[in-house]
Amino acid sequence: MAKDEYREFRLVGTRPDRPDGLDKVTGRARYGADMTAPGMLWGAVVRSPHAHARIVKIDATKALALDGVKSVVTRADFPEGLTGEDWNLQENTIAGERALYDGHAVAAVAATSRFLAEEAARLIEVEYEVLPHVIDVDEAMKPNAPVIREGVSDATVPEGMSPNVVRKIEFGNGDVDAAFAAADLVMEKSFKTEATHQGYIEPHACVGQMGADGKGEMWVCTQGQWYIRKMCSAVLGTEASQLRVTPSEIGGGFGGKTTIFMEPLALALSRKAGGKPVKIVMSRSEVLRATGPTASASMDVKLGMKKDGTLSGVKVEFRMQGGAFPGAPTEFALYCGLAPYTFGAVEAVGYDVIANRPRCAAYRAPGAPMGSFAVESLLDEMCIELGLDALDVRFKNAVVTGDRAAYGPKFGSIGFVETLEAVKNHPNLLAELGPNQGRGIAAGYWFNHNGETSVSMAISEDGTVQVSVGTPDIGGSRASIALMVAETLGIAYEDVRVNIAETGSLGVNEPTHGSRATFASGKAAVLATEAAIKEMCKRAANEWGIEPEAVEWKDGAARPAGPNAGQFPPMTIKEIGAAMGSTGGPISGHHESLPDGVGASFGAHVVDVEVDPETGRTTILRYLVVQDAGRAIHPSYVEGQYQGGAAQGIGWALNEEYVYDDKGRLQNSVFLDYRVPLASDLPMIDTVIVEVPNPGHPYGVRGVGETGITPPLPALANAVRAATGVRMTHLPMSPSKVLAALKAR
Amino acid sequence: MSNIHVTTTINGDKVEFLADPRETLLDCLRDKVGLTGSKEGCGTGDCGACSVTVDGTLVCSCLVLGVEAEGKDIRTIEGMAEGGTLHPLQRKFIEHAALQCGFCTPGLLVASKALLDKNPSPTEEEVRYWIAGNLCRCTGYDKIVRAIMDAAAELRGEAA
Repeated sequence: MAKDEYREFRLVGTRPDRPDGLDKVTGRARYGADMTAPGMLWGAVVRSPHAHARIVKIDATKALALDGVKSVVTRADFPEGLTGEDWNLQENTIAGERALYDGHAVAAVAATSRFLAEEAARLIEVEYEVLPHVIDVDEAMKPNAPVIREGVSDATVPEGMSPNVVRKIEFGNGDVDAAFAAADLVMEKSFKTEATHQGYIEPHACVGQMGADGKGEMWVCTQGQWYIRKMCSAVLGTEASQLRVTPSEIGGGFGGKTTIFMEPLALALSRKAGGKPVKIVMSRSEVLRATGPTASASMDVKLGMKKDGTLSGVKVEFRMQGGAFPGAPTEFALYCGLAPYTFGAVEAVGYDVIANRPRCAAYRAPGAPMGSFAVESLLDEMCIELGLDALDVRFKNAVVTGDRAAYGPKFGSIGFVETLEAVKNHPNLLAELGPNQGRGIAAGYWFNHNGETSVSMAISEDGTVQVSVGTPDIGGSRASIALMVAETLGIAYEDVRVNIAETGSLGVNEPTHGSRATFASGKAAVLATEAAIKEMCKRAANEWGIEPEAVEWKDGAARPAGPNAGQFPPMTIKEIGAAMGSTGGPISGHHESLPDGVGASFGAHVVDVEVDPETGRTTILRYLVVQDAGRAIHPSYVEGQYQGGAAQGIGWALNEEYVYDDKGRLQNSVFLDYRVPLASDLPMIDTVIVEVPNPGHPYGVRGVGETGITPPLPALANAVRAATGVRMTHLPMSPSKVLAALKAR
Repeated sequence: MSNIHVTTTINGDKVEFLADPRETLLDCLRDKVGLTGSKEGCGTGDCGACSVTVDGTLVCSCLVLGVEAEGKDIRTIEGMAEGGTLHPLQRKFIEHAALQCGFCTPGLLVASKALLDKNPSPTEEEVRYWIAGNLCRCTGYDKIVRAIMDAAAELRGEAA
């Protein structure tokens, strides 16, 4: 698609009120737990208190004897014979022979009230035989480690490794040893990051209803209603099109709401209770114990550098555990950690490892923050060793459009150098630093996913427009899509209403994930709008008795394309809409595809910190996010993505971690102990939106949602190094860890 | 356990409901009265999504029992706009894009209104510490703090 960088836009790039703003400031917006249904039951889930245990017996006699308890389900109520990912989903939904982590669901119950359901859940007796467990990735890889499950490893894993190693990733090019021999400085270090949770404030919640005929409905907070449909149907052995899934407003997801947890339990309980709707709302503790988290990582990096800062070679081995199932995002950690630079020779190895922890779900740029932490930290250390400026070295090695990434493919249009330029020119870099203060810089990268996308738009009788998209609006995408459609039509922003469709009204859509909503649904919405414009031009042509090709669309109206087409006054969208009942019927536009032309996004962050030598506490003095958005359709919500990503990365770097006891039980399953950043922990977060338009999108959009969580981990570690002289290689840099490192100095 | 009859005032209206003595005020607001604007993010008083005022005092309604509402004056997010007119805080939250998912928004609005009722000229630091009991995972708080400061200025008659 041709792109004109010199176009002027009427609406794109402005900051109107979001269409759902009023609902969300008045308490009217309905989220997962806000739905009730006639005759509704409440569900509660029985969860394993053990990290690893054989389930000997489940006895629900006492629970079922309670007045008002309507159904109990265990694994026996789910079909057998599933394989591959379907089996993984089913096993994670409800344990089969063994509970694989603290919090793993083993049974569920539905009753006439929430208290009754909770009481019944306590009365379900589960007999366990506790088994040895392992939660650390390096421990899980040892030959004598407790085995989570045999036969999970695929063919990439060499013989002789622990059965817990389920996948090996390898790529590279050139001769790394020769590159290191030719380098002026070679350094290697090992790094660790702990598991963190997405930490969305809205716990998972749903109301599910299913009859004995397998027909059902579900209301659920999710990033992807079609994923819920597909996954629930697979786990329950029902047909996907018999389940209609309506997405509620969603109270944050960050990747954690792209899969199923208790949703099939609600449907199974409903089916067993004669089709009465069942509502399940997770507690915060259930959310932290049994959903979400990201992987933990253990990483070795070796880099070669010339005296002038040119990188000559890199060798990395990343080991990540993603809970009791395959799927740690090791390859993305490798890809994204290495993406920003041309390294010369590359040798990259990664392992996906299973352990007795909850199954990891996607978390904003999955894997990328860990990989960047390892690579960008070592790069910083080498700049210090050689007395080079960290920003200059990044300029020197930065990838540009057409470069081949360390992992193979060539970059399309990218704006990394432009991003670094904007960093260089920012006043924050001139701020003076005092004692115990330091500045850290780091870069980061994330892709832009396309994914299955189906969008419909329709002209109303009054000439206003409704757009139906399949990607839930988590952070303002209704506004960005309405802006693009209104811009394309030449009508007012307020005349476009964007609806989030349920599964019965559009073809399959992938979730709001992979930084895709404004790119993919936005592009499809523009293409659907262009189809409707074509039809509106045809209606005008018929009215005027000229060829449709002789009609053009401009500023909200069909017009004769030139003097030869004839003299007719413009026919506005309002006139066309009002007349469409008699000119050929409804006018709509539709587009569905795997939209091509994705645009990846680089970012760079600069943070100034002060480290208290008495307590080890790190205070953030100022924070800068610079990132390429391609084009910011609604700049406020682009800034919001930058700031929110930075805040999550700050939490990961400084505070957040899953803490287990020696029995493998999660010790910090409430927000008081799993401490996400508070308003009082943060300064204002400065942002610069770089715009190197993506030629693959009609308005130049790149995915912006995920890159922002990637640079904070290394940027903060680099800042703490600058402030203290101590290189922190194990996140989070909690005060106690920093204090210990200061004392060991 | 038998339910207890509770008579209270919510957003100026007299309301009656039957509360299980174990039920929180948040549960009663959401499940008995049908006011689902107050949210449960944690149930342990850590996230502030359920913030309401009871006789003018800002509380986490998940830490108050429903039966304690007897005879009290409860204010929730649903009572913040006057008729069709939004409170300046509500308007500024929209204008500043101070919400992304919007789940923490009701609690933040109730909490920040309680601040401005008490302190019409808070510093940025005072705003940040006052709302430290309201977790937001989407925004990094930047635009929230700006919206609150801007609303405070408007309420003082300083805004353009």
